[in-house]
Amino acid sequence: MNNAIDISRMRDPSFTAEVEAQSGQKVSTCYQCGNCTAGCPASFVYDRQVNQIMRGVQLGLKDQVLNSRSLWMCLSCSTCSLRCPNDIDVAAVMETLRHMARKEGRVTVPKVEKFWFSFLDTVRRFGRTYEIGTMALYMLRSMRVFTDVDLAPTALAKQKLGFKPHVTPNGGAEAVGRILKRYEERAKREGVRP
Amino acid sequence: MNFAYYPGCSAAGSSADYEMSTRAVCRALKIGLQEIPDWNCCGSTPAHAVDTELSAALCVRNLDLAARMDAATVVTPCPSCLSNLKHAGKRMENPDFRARVNELLDNPAAETLPEVTSVMQGIASCRSAADIAANVCKPLKGLKIAAYYGCLMSRPAGLMQFGDPENPTLMESLLAACGAEMVDFPLKTECCGASFGIPERPMTAINSGRILEVASNMGVDAIAVACPLCQMNLDLRQKQASKAVNVFFNMPVLYYTQLMGLAFGFDPRELGLHKLCVSADPLLQKLDGLRREEALAEAKAKAAEGGNA
Repeated sequence: MNNAIDISRMRDPSFTAEVEAQSGQKVSTCYQCGNCTAGCPASFVYDRQVNQIMRGVQLGLKDQVLNSRSLWMCLSCSTCSLRCPNDIDVAAVMETLRHMARKEGRVTVPKVEKFWFSFLDTVRRFGRTYEIGTMALYMLRSMRVFTDVDLAPTALAKQKLGFKPHVTPNGGAEAVGRILKRYEERAKREGVRP
Repeated sequence: MNFAYYPGCSAAGSSADYEMSTRAVCRALKIGLQEIPDWNCCGSTPAHAVDTELSAALCVRNLDLAARMDAATVVTPCPSCLSNLKHAGKRMENPDFRARVNELLDNPAAETLPEVTSVMQGIASCRSAADIAANVCKPLKGLKIAAYYGCLMSRPAGLMQFGDPENPTLMESLLAACGAEMVDFPLKTECCGASFGIPERPMTAINSGRILEVASNMGVDAIAVACPLCQMNLDLRQKQASKAVNVFFNMPVLYYTQLMGLAFGFDPRELGLHKLCVSADPLLQKLDGLRREEALAEAKAKAAEGGNA
Protein backbone atom coordinates (compact mmCIF):
# COMPACT_ATOMS: atom_id res chain seq x y z
CA MET A 1 0.00 0.00 0.00
CA ASN A 2 1.34 3.39 -0.90
CA ASN A 3 0.72 5.78 1.96
CA ALA A 4 2.67 8.67 0.54
CA ILE A 5 0.84 11.87 -0.31
CA ASP A 6 1.41 12.88 -3.91
CA ILE A 7 1.97 16.64 -3.76
CA SER A 8 1.90 17.04 -7.51
CA ARG A 9 -1.88 16.65 -7.41
CA MET A 10 -4.29 19.55 -7.38
CA ARG A 11 -3.68 21.84 -4.43
CA ASP A 12 -6.14 24.28 -2.95
CA PRO A 13 -4.52 26.92 -0.71
CA SER A 14 -7.90 28.27 0.38
CA PHE A 15 -8.58 24.87 1.98
CA THR A 16 -5.74 25.39 4.48
CA ALA A 17 -7.08 28.81 5.43
CA GLU A 18 -10.62 27.49 5.76
CA VAL A 19 -9.59 24.62 8.04
CA GLU A 20 -7.55 26.98 10.22
CA ALA A 21 -10.43 29.47 10.46
CA GLN A 22 -13.10 26.88 11.23
CA SER A 23 -11.04 24.93 13.76
CA GLY A 24 -9.31 27.95 15.28
CA GLN A 25 -6.03 26.03 15.08
CA LYS A 26 -2.74 27.03 13.49
CA VAL A 27 -2.14 23.89 11.47
CA SER A 28 0.81 25.60 9.79
CA THR A 29 2.86 25.25 12.99
CA CYS A 30 2.88 21.43 12.68
CA TYR A 31 6.45 20.26 12.10
CA GLN A 32 5.63 16.58 11.63
CA CYS A 33 7.03 15.18 14.87
CA GLY A 34 4.52 12.33 14.65
CA ASN A 35 3.49 12.42 18.32
CA CYS A 36 -0.19 12.49 17.34
CA THR A 37 0.16 9.35 15.27
CA ALA A 38 2.26 7.60 17.91
CA GLY A 39 -0.47 7.97 20.53
CA CYS A 40 -3.52 7.46 18.30
CA PRO A 41 -5.60 4.44 19.42
CA ALA A 42 -7.29 4.23 16.01
CA SER A 43 -4.13 4.49 13.88
CA PHE A 44 -4.30 0.82 12.92
CA VAL A 45 -7.56 1.32 11.05
CA TYR A 46 -6.59 4.65 9.42
CA ASP A 47 -5.83 4.88 5.71
CA ARG A 48 -3.81 8.05 6.34
CA GLN A 49 -2.18 8.73 9.69
CA VAL A 50 -3.06 11.85 11.68
CA ASN A 51 0.26 13.53 10.95
CA GLN A 52 -0.29 12.85 7.23
CA ILE A 53 -3.71 14.46 7.47
CA MET A 54 -2.11 17.49 9.12
CA ARG A 55 0.48 17.68 6.35
CA GLY A 56 -2.27 17.34 3.77
CA VAL A 57 -4.08 20.32 5.31
CA GLN A 58 -0.86 22.39 5.21
CA LEU A 59 -0.40 21.54 1.55
CA GLY A 60 -4.02 22.23 0.66
CA LEU A 61 -4.67 18.67 -0.57
CA LYS A 62 -8.39 18.98 -0.07
CA ASP A 63 -9.54 15.82 -1.85
CA GLN A 64 -6.99 13.54 -0.24
CA VAL A 65 -7.82 14.88 3.20
CA LEU A 66 -11.62 15.07 2.98
CA ASN A 67 -11.91 11.67 1.30
CA SER A 68 -9.82 9.95 3.97
CA ARG A 69 -11.47 7.13 5.93
CA SER A 70 -9.50 8.25 8.96
CA LEU A 71 -11.83 11.19 9.59
CA TRP A 72 -14.63 8.70 10.25
CA MET A 73 -12.60 6.34 12.40
CA CYS A 74 -11.33 9.06 14.77
CA LEU A 75 -12.42 8.22 18.32
CA SER A 76 -12.30 11.88 19.45
CA CYS A 77 -10.18 10.82 22.44
CA SER A 78 -7.94 13.92 22.15
CA THR A 79 -4.69 12.08 22.87
CA CYS A 80 -3.20 13.80 19.82
CA SER A 81 -4.18 17.26 21.07
CA LEU A 82 -2.74 16.57 24.49
CA ARG A 83 0.64 15.46 23.16
CA CYS A 84 1.13 18.04 20.41
CA PRO A 85 4.30 20.01 21.23
CA ASN A 86 2.90 23.00 19.32
CA ASP A 87 -0.41 23.02 21.17
CA ILE A 88 -2.48 22.30 18.11
CA ASP A 89 -5.84 20.84 19.09
CA VAL A 90 -5.46 18.08 16.52
CA ALA A 91 -8.74 16.42 17.51
CA ALA A 92 -10.54 19.72 16.83
CA VAL A 93 -8.94 19.81 13.38
CA MET A 94 -10.11 16.23 12.73
CA GLU A 95 -13.61 17.17 13.85
CA THR A 96 -13.61 20.25 11.61
CA LEU A 97 -12.54 18.10 8.67
CA ARG A 98 -15.28 15.59 9.43
CA HIS A 99 -17.84 18.40 9.46
CA MET A 100 -16.51 19.82 6.18
CA ALA A 101 -16.56 16.40 4.54
CA ARG A 102 -20.09 15.67 5.76
CA LYS A 103 -21.46 19.01 4.62
CA GLU A 104 -20.14 18.30 1.13
CA GLY A 105 -21.62 14.82 1.18
CA ARG A 106 -18.24 13.08 1.25
CA VAL A 107 -18.89 10.15 3.56
CA THR A 108 -16.20 7.54 3.00
CA VAL A 109 -17.34 5.26 5.84
CA PRO A 110 -21.14 5.40 5.61
CA LYS A 111 -21.77 2.86 8.37
CA VAL A 112 -20.34 5.26 10.97
CA GLU A 113 -22.63 8.06 9.86
CA LYS A 114 -25.56 5.63 9.75
CA PHE A 115 -24.90 4.76 13.36
CA TRP A 116 -24.89 8.46 14.33
CA PHE A 117 -28.18 9.11 12.53
CA SER A 118 -29.77 6.05 14.13
CA PHE A 119 -28.77 7.42 17.51
CA LEU A 120 -30.02 10.94 16.76
CA ASP A 121 -33.33 9.62 15.41
CA THR A 122 -34.17 8.11 18.78
CA VAL A 123 -33.17 11.34 20.52
CA ARG A 124 -35.41 13.31 18.15
CA ARG A 125 -38.33 11.03 18.90
CA PHE A 126 -37.99 10.54 22.66
CA GLY A 127 -35.70 13.36 23.84
CA ARG A 128 -33.39 10.73 25.27
CA THR A 129 -31.35 7.89 23.84
CA TYR A 130 -33.20 4.64 23.29
CA GLU A 131 -30.56 1.95 23.04
CA ILE A 132 -32.59 -0.88 21.47
CA GLY A 133 -34.17 1.60 19.06
CA THR A 134 -30.73 2.85 18.00
CA MET A 135 -29.57 -0.72 17.35
CA ALA A 136 -32.70 -1.58 15.38
CA LEU A 137 -32.47 1.54 13.21
CA TYR A 138 -28.78 0.96 12.63
CA MET A 139 -29.39 -2.64 11.54
CA LEU A 140 -32.06 -1.46 9.11
CA ARG A 141 -29.91 1.32 7.69
CA SER A 142 -26.70 -0.66 7.39
CA MET A 143 -28.30 -4.02 6.50
CA ARG A 144 -26.03 -5.52 9.14
CA VAL A 145 -28.73 -7.48 10.92
CA PHE A 146 -26.34 -9.63 12.93
CA THR A 147 -24.52 -6.74 14.58
CA ASP A 148 -23.75 -7.75 18.16
CA VAL A 149 -26.25 -10.63 18.28
CA ASP A 150 -23.63 -12.44 20.38
CA LEU A 151 -24.22 -9.85 23.11
CA ALA A 152 -28.00 -10.05 23.09
CA PRO A 153 -28.44 -12.95 25.57
CA THR A 154 -26.25 -11.34 28.24
CA ALA A 155 -27.48 -7.82 27.62
CA LEU A 156 -31.09 -8.94 27.93
CA ALA A 157 -30.53 -11.23 30.92
CA LYS A 158 -28.80 -8.42 32.80
CA GLN A 159 -31.47 -5.96 31.68
CA LYS A 160 -28.72 -3.81 30.23
CA LEU A 161 -31.09 -2.56 27.57
CA GLY A 162 -34.46 -1.05 28.39
CA PHE A 163 -37.24 -2.33 26.16
CA LYS A 164 -39.28 0.77 26.71
CA PRO A 165 -37.96 4.14 25.54
CA HIS A 166 -37.50 6.79 28.23
CA VAL A 167 -39.51 9.73 27.06
CA THR A 168 -38.81 13.05 28.72
CA PRO A 169 -41.91 13.68 30.80
CA ASN A 170 -42.82 17.35 30.35
CA GLY A 171 -42.54 18.26 26.72
CA GLY A 172 -38.77 17.79 26.57
CA ALA A 173 -39.03 15.31 23.71
CA GLU A 174 -41.02 17.82 21.66
CA ALA A 175 -38.52 20.57 22.47
CA VAL A 176 -35.66 18.34 21.29
CA GLY A 177 -37.62 17.48 18.15
CA ARG A 178 -37.94 21.21 17.45
CA ILE A 179 -34.17 21.76 17.96
CA LEU A 180 -33.39 19.07 15.38
CA LYS A 181 -36.03 20.41 13.00
CA ARG A 182 -34.65 23.96 13.18
CA TYR A 183 -31.14 22.60 12.68
CA GLU A 184 -32.16 20.73 9.54
CA GLU A 185 -34.13 23.65 8.12
CA ARG A 186 -31.20 25.99 8.67
CA ALA A 187 -28.76 23.58 7.02
CA LYS A 188 -31.08 23.40 4.03
CA ARG A 189 -31.31 27.20 3.85
CA GLU A 190 -27.54 27.44 4.00
CA GLY A 191 -27.16 24.83 1.31
CA VAL A 192 -25.28 22.23 3.33
CA ARG A 193 -26.03 18.62 4.10
CA PRO A 194 -27.57 18.43 7.60
CA MET B 1 -24.08 20.26 49.87
CA ASN B 2 -26.54 20.29 46.95
CA PHE B 3 -25.89 19.87 43.26
CA ALA B 4 -28.14 20.00 40.21
CA TYR B 5 -27.93 16.50 38.75
CA TYR B 6 -27.79 15.42 35.11
CA PRO B 7 -27.98 11.58 35.06
CA GLY B 8 -27.49 11.10 31.31
CA CYS B 9 -29.40 8.61 29.17
CA SER B 10 -27.43 5.49 30.01
CA ALA B 11 -28.45 5.93 33.66
CA ALA B 12 -31.87 4.62 32.69
CA GLY B 13 -30.52 1.79 30.52
CA SER B 14 -27.10 0.24 30.20
CA SER B 15 -25.62 1.88 33.29
CA ALA B 16 -28.53 1.63 35.73
CA ASP B 17 -26.01 0.18 38.19
CA TYR B 18 -23.88 3.34 37.98
CA GLU B 19 -26.97 5.39 38.71
CA MET B 20 -27.99 3.23 41.68
CA SER B 21 -24.51 3.30 43.21
CA THR B 22 -23.94 7.01 42.54
CA ARG B 23 -27.16 7.89 44.35
CA ALA B 24 -26.35 5.49 47.20
CA VAL B 25 -22.86 6.89 47.74
CA CYS B 26 -24.04 10.51 47.60
CA ARG B 27 -26.86 9.72 50.02
CA ALA B 28 -24.35 8.21 52.47
CA LEU B 29 -22.10 11.25 52.15
CA LYS B 30 -25.12 13.59 52.58
CA ILE B 31 -24.64 15.15 49.17
CA GLY B 32 -27.95 16.23 47.62
CA LEU B 33 -28.53 15.46 43.94
CA GLN B 34 -31.45 17.43 42.49
CA GLU B 35 -32.29 15.99 39.10
CA ILE B 36 -32.75 18.60 36.36
CA PRO B 37 -36.46 18.33 35.52
CA ASP B 38 -37.21 17.13 32.01
CA TRP B 39 -33.54 16.90 30.99
CA ASN B 40 -32.76 15.64 27.49
CA CYS B 41 -29.94 13.72 25.82
CA CYS B 42 -26.70 15.72 25.43
CA GLY B 43 -26.36 14.31 21.90
CA SER B 44 -23.27 12.34 22.86
CA THR B 45 -20.69 11.60 20.13
CA PRO B 46 -23.18 11.50 17.23
CA ALA B 47 -24.33 15.10 17.75
CA HIS B 48 -20.88 16.67 18.04
CA ALA B 49 -19.54 14.53 15.20
CA VAL B 50 -22.36 15.84 13.01
CA ASP B 51 -22.44 19.50 14.05
CA THR B 52 -21.02 21.57 16.90
CA GLU B 53 -24.00 23.94 17.09
CA LEU B 54 -26.51 21.10 17.14
CA SER B 55 -24.57 19.42 19.95
CA ALA B 56 -24.42 22.69 21.88
CA ALA B 57 -28.15 23.35 21.46
CA LEU B 58 -29.02 19.93 22.93
CA CYS B 59 -26.67 20.57 25.86
CA VAL B 60 -27.66 24.17 26.47
CA ARG B 61 -31.33 23.27 26.85
CA ASN B 62 -30.26 21.29 29.94
CA LEU B 63 -27.92 23.97 31.25
CA ASP B 64 -30.68 26.52 30.81
CA LEU B 65 -33.10 24.37 32.83
CA ALA B 66 -30.40 24.01 35.50
CA ALA B 67 -29.82 27.77 35.54
CA ARG B 68 -33.46 28.21 36.54
CA MET B 69 -32.98 25.77 39.44
CA ASP B 70 -30.59 28.24 40.92
CA ALA B 71 -27.89 25.65 41.43
CA ALA B 72 -24.39 26.98 40.99
CA THR B 73 -23.04 23.63 39.82
CA VAL B 74 -24.37 20.75 37.75
CA VAL B 75 -22.83 17.32 38.31
CA THR B 76 -23.02 14.35 35.97
CA PRO B 77 -21.64 10.83 36.36
CA CYS B 78 -21.03 10.29 32.62
CA PRO B 79 -17.78 11.65 31.12
CA SER B 80 -19.28 11.90 27.65
CA CYS B 81 -22.18 14.04 28.92
CA LEU B 82 -19.68 15.99 31.00
CA SER B 83 -17.47 16.72 28.03
CA ASN B 84 -20.40 17.82 25.86
CA LEU B 85 -22.01 20.00 28.54
CA LYS B 86 -18.67 21.65 29.38
CA HIS B 87 -17.78 22.26 25.74
CA ALA B 88 -21.21 23.78 25.14
CA GLY B 89 -20.97 26.07 28.18
CA LYS B 90 -17.53 27.25 27.11
CA ARG B 91 -18.51 27.84 23.48
CA MET B 92 -21.55 29.88 24.53
CA GLU B 93 -19.12 32.55 25.76
CA ASN B 94 -18.59 33.43 22.10
CA PRO B 95 -21.46 35.81 21.15
CA ASP B 96 -21.63 34.67 17.49
CA PHE B 97 -21.79 31.03 18.54
CA ARG B 98 -24.40 31.85 21.19
CA ALA B 99 -26.58 33.60 18.60
CA ARG B 100 -26.41 30.59 16.26
CA VAL B 101 -27.33 28.20 19.09
CA ASN B 102 -30.15 30.43 20.34
CA GLU B 103 -31.67 30.22 16.85
CA LEU B 104 -32.10 26.48 17.39
CA LEU B 105 -33.69 26.79 20.85
CA ASP B 106 -37.29 27.60 21.82
CA ASN B 107 -36.09 30.50 23.99
CA PRO B 108 -32.69 32.19 24.10
CA ALA B 109 -30.48 30.56 26.76
CA ALA B 110 -29.86 32.20 30.14
CA GLU B 111 -26.99 34.71 30.10
CA THR B 112 -25.12 32.88 32.83
CA LEU B 113 -25.04 29.12 32.56
CA PRO B 114 -24.08 26.99 35.57
CA GLU B 115 -20.71 25.30 35.98
CA VAL B 116 -20.59 21.60 35.16
CA THR B 117 -18.39 19.03 36.83
CA SER B 118 -18.18 15.28 37.32
CA VAL B 119 -19.87 13.60 40.28
CA MET B 120 -16.38 12.42 41.24
CA GLN B 121 -15.03 15.97 41.45
CA GLY B 122 -18.26 17.09 43.09
CA ILE B 123 -17.73 14.56 45.88
CA ALA B 124 -14.07 15.53 46.26
CA SER B 125 -14.93 19.24 46.33
CA CYS B 126 -17.02 18.93 49.46
CA ARG B 127 -15.90 15.72 51.20
CA SER B 128 -12.37 15.04 52.43
CA ALA B 129 -10.65 11.65 52.52
CA ALA B 130 -11.37 11.63 56.25
CA ASP B 131 -15.11 12.23 55.62
CA ILE B 132 -15.14 9.30 53.23
CA ALA B 133 -13.15 7.07 55.58
CA ALA B 134 -15.63 7.93 58.34
CA ASN B 135 -18.41 6.28 56.28
CA VAL B 136 -16.46 3.08 55.66
CA CYS B 137 -17.71 0.11 57.63
CA LYS B 138 -16.31 -2.63 55.39
CA PRO B 139 -12.84 -1.52 54.27
CA LEU B 140 -11.64 -2.66 50.84
CA LYS B 141 -8.23 -3.46 52.39
CA GLY B 142 -6.62 -6.37 50.61
CA LEU B 143 -8.34 -5.71 47.27
CA LYS B 144 -6.02 -4.71 44.45
CA ILE B 145 -7.76 -2.33 42.05
CA ALA B 146 -6.78 -0.58 38.81
CA ALA B 147 -8.41 2.82 38.29
CA TYR B 148 -9.31 3.34 34.64
CA TYR B 149 -10.52 6.81 33.60
CA GLY B 150 -10.76 6.48 29.85
CA CYS B 151 -10.12 9.37 27.53
CA LEU B 152 -12.80 11.99 28.16
CA MET B 153 -12.58 12.51 31.90
CA SER B 154 -9.28 14.39 31.79
CA ARG B 155 -9.17 15.70 28.22
CA PRO B 156 -8.95 18.36 26.90
CA ALA B 157 -6.99 19.29 30.01
CA GLY B 158 -7.77 23.02 30.01
CA LEU B 159 -11.51 22.44 29.87
CA MET B 160 -11.87 19.35 32.06
CA GLN B 161 -9.62 20.55 34.92
CA PHE B 162 -9.05 17.03 36.15
CA GLY B 163 -5.45 17.21 37.31
CA ASP B 164 -2.67 15.68 35.22
CA PRO B 165 -4.44 14.69 31.98
CA GLU B 166 -2.17 11.65 31.50
CA ASN B 167 -2.08 10.65 35.13
CA PRO B 168 -5.21 11.65 37.02
CA THR B 169 -5.35 10.30 40.57
CA LEU B 170 -8.71 11.36 41.97
CA MET B 171 -10.33 7.92 41.68
CA GLU B 172 -7.33 6.40 43.45
CA SER B 173 -7.72 8.92 46.28
CA LEU B 174 -11.40 8.10 46.77
CA LEU B 175 -10.91 4.33 46.67
CA ALA B 176 -7.76 4.44 48.80
CA ALA B 177 -9.82 6.31 51.40
CA CYS B 178 -12.03 3.20 51.37
CA GLY B 179 -8.99 1.03 52.03
CA ALA B 180 -8.36 -0.37 48.53
CA GLU B 181 -4.85 -1.02 47.30
CA MET B 182 -4.56 0.98 44.07
CA VAL B 183 -2.04 -0.11 41.45
CA ASP B 184 -0.22 2.37 39.24
CA PHE B 185 -2.15 1.54 36.07
CA PRO B 186 -0.25 2.72 32.99
CA LEU B 187 -3.24 2.61 30.60
CA LYS B 188 -5.56 4.62 32.84
CA THR B 189 -6.29 7.29 30.23
CA GLU B 190 -6.02 5.21 27.05
CA CYS B 191 -9.16 5.07 24.92
CA CYS B 192 -11.27 1.87 25.13
CA GLY B 193 -12.61 2.23 21.58
CA ALA B 194 -15.63 4.30 22.57
CA SER B 195 -18.83 4.05 20.58
CA PHE B 196 -17.23 2.21 17.67
CA GLY B 197 -18.19 -1.15 19.24
CA ILE B 198 -21.21 -1.19 16.96
CA PRO B 199 -19.98 0.11 13.58
CA GLU B 200 -16.30 -0.93 13.85
CA ARG B 201 -16.05 -3.72 16.38
CA PRO B 202 -12.40 -4.81 15.82
CA MET B 203 -11.09 -1.36 16.74
CA THR B 204 -12.97 -1.31 20.03
CA ALA B 205 -12.18 -4.95 20.81
CA ILE B 206 -8.43 -4.50 20.32
CA ASN B 207 -8.25 -1.30 22.37
CA SER B 208 -10.33 -2.75 25.20
CA GLY B 209 -8.36 -5.99 24.99
CA ARG B 210 -5.08 -4.21 25.64
CA ILE B 211 -6.50 -2.48 28.71
CA LEU B 212 -7.87 -5.76 30.10
CA GLU B 213 -4.63 -7.58 29.35
CA VAL B 214 -2.40 -5.10 31.18
CA ALA B 215 -4.78 -4.96 34.14
CA SER B 216 -4.92 -8.72 34.39
CA ASN B 217 -1.13 -9.01 34.14
CA MET B 218 -0.89 -6.64 37.08
CA GLY B 219 -2.95 -9.12 39.09
CA VAL B 220 -5.78 -6.79 40.06
CA ASP B 221 -9.06 -8.05 41.52
CA ALA B 222 -11.07 -5.55 39.49
CA ILE B 223 -10.93 -2.53 37.24
CA ALA B 224 -12.69 0.55 38.57
CA VAL B 225 -14.28 2.82 35.96
CA ALA B 226 -16.22 6.08 35.83
CA CYS B 227 -17.68 5.90 32.32
CA PRO B 228 -20.73 3.91 31.16
CA LEU B 229 -19.25 3.33 27.72
CA CYS B 230 -15.86 2.17 29.06
CA GLN B 231 -17.74 -0.13 31.43
CA MET B 232 -19.77 -1.60 28.58
CA ASN B 233 -16.73 -2.13 26.38
CA LEU B 234 -14.70 -3.77 29.15
CA ASP B 235 -17.54 -5.79 30.73
CA LEU B 236 -20.35 -6.62 28.26
CA ARG B 237 -17.84 -6.79 25.41
CA GLN B 238 -15.14 -8.59 27.41
CA LYS B 239 -15.49 -11.80 25.36
CA GLN B 240 -15.12 -9.85 22.10
CA ALA B 241 -12.01 -8.15 23.53
CA SER B 242 -10.71 -11.51 24.67
CA LYS B 243 -11.02 -12.94 21.16
CA ALA B 244 -9.38 -9.89 19.59
CA VAL B 245 -6.21 -10.16 21.67
CA ASN B 246 -6.38 -13.94 22.12
CA VAL B 247 -6.23 -13.93 25.93
CA PHE B 248 -8.92 -15.22 28.27
CA PHE B 249 -10.17 -12.71 30.82
CA ASN B 250 -12.38 -12.98 33.83
CA MET B 251 -12.05 -9.44 35.06
CA PRO B 252 -14.84 -7.72 36.99
CA VAL B 253 -15.26 -4.11 35.88
CA LEU B 254 -17.02 -2.06 38.55
CA TYR B 255 -18.00 1.57 38.74
CA TYR B 256 -15.93 3.35 41.37
CA THR B 257 -19.21 4.20 43.09
CA GLN B 258 -20.05 0.50 43.40
CA LEU B 259 -16.73 -0.09 45.17
CA MET B 260 -17.28 2.88 47.46
CA GLY B 261 -20.80 1.67 48.14
CA LEU B 262 -19.50 -1.76 49.15
CA ALA B 263 -17.08 -0.12 51.57
CA PHE B 264 -19.95 1.97 52.96
CA GLY B 265 -21.76 -1.28 53.75
CA PHE B 266 -24.52 -1.16 51.11
CA ASP B 267 -26.02 -4.43 49.95
CA PRO B 268 -24.48 -5.48 46.58
CA ARG B 269 -27.98 -5.54 45.03
CA GLU B 270 -28.63 -1.96 46.07
CA LEU B 271 -25.50 -1.04 44.12
CA GLY B 272 -26.60 -2.99 41.05
CA LEU B 273 -23.74 -5.51 41.22
CA HIS B 274 -26.10 -8.15 39.80
CA LYS B 275 -26.09 -6.19 36.55
CA LEU B 276 -22.40 -6.78 35.88
CA CYS B 277 -21.83 -9.23 33.02
CA VAL B 278 -18.57 -10.51 34.48
CA SER B 279 -19.60 -11.51 37.98
CA ALA B 280 -18.08 -9.71 40.94
CA ASP B 281 -18.93 -12.63 43.24
CA PRO B 282 -15.30 -13.85 43.58
CA LEU B 283 -14.33 -10.32 44.59
CA LEU B 284 -17.17 -10.15 47.14
CA GLN B 285 -16.18 -13.53 48.55
CA LYS B 286 -12.55 -12.47 48.81
CA LEU B 287 -13.58 -9.27 50.58
CA ASP B 288 -15.84 -11.14 53.01
CA GLY B 289 -13.09 -13.69 53.61
CA LEU B 290 -10.52 -11.01 54.34
CA ARG B 291 -12.79 -9.19 56.78
CA ARG B 292 -13.77 -12.46 58.48
CA GLU B 293 -10.12 -13.43 58.97
CA GLU B 294 -9.42 -9.99 60.36
CA ALA B 295 -12.31 -10.23 62.80
CA LEU B 296 -11.18 -13.68 63.83
CA ALA B 297 -7.58 -12.55 64.39
CA GLU B 298 -8.86 -9.60 66.38
CA ALA B 299 -11.07 -11.83 68.52
CA LYS B 300 -8.16 -14.20 69.13
CA ALA B 301 -5.88 -11.32 70.10
CA LYS B 302 -8.54 -10.06 72.50
CA ALA B 303 -9.01 -13.51 73.96
CA ALA B 304 -5.26 -13.87 74.41
CA GLU B 305 -5.14 -10.46 76.06
CA GLY B 306 -8.02 -11.50 78.34
CA GLY B 307 -6.17 -14.72 79.21
CA ASN B 308 -3.07 -12.82 80.15
CA ALA B 309 -4.87 -10.37 82.36
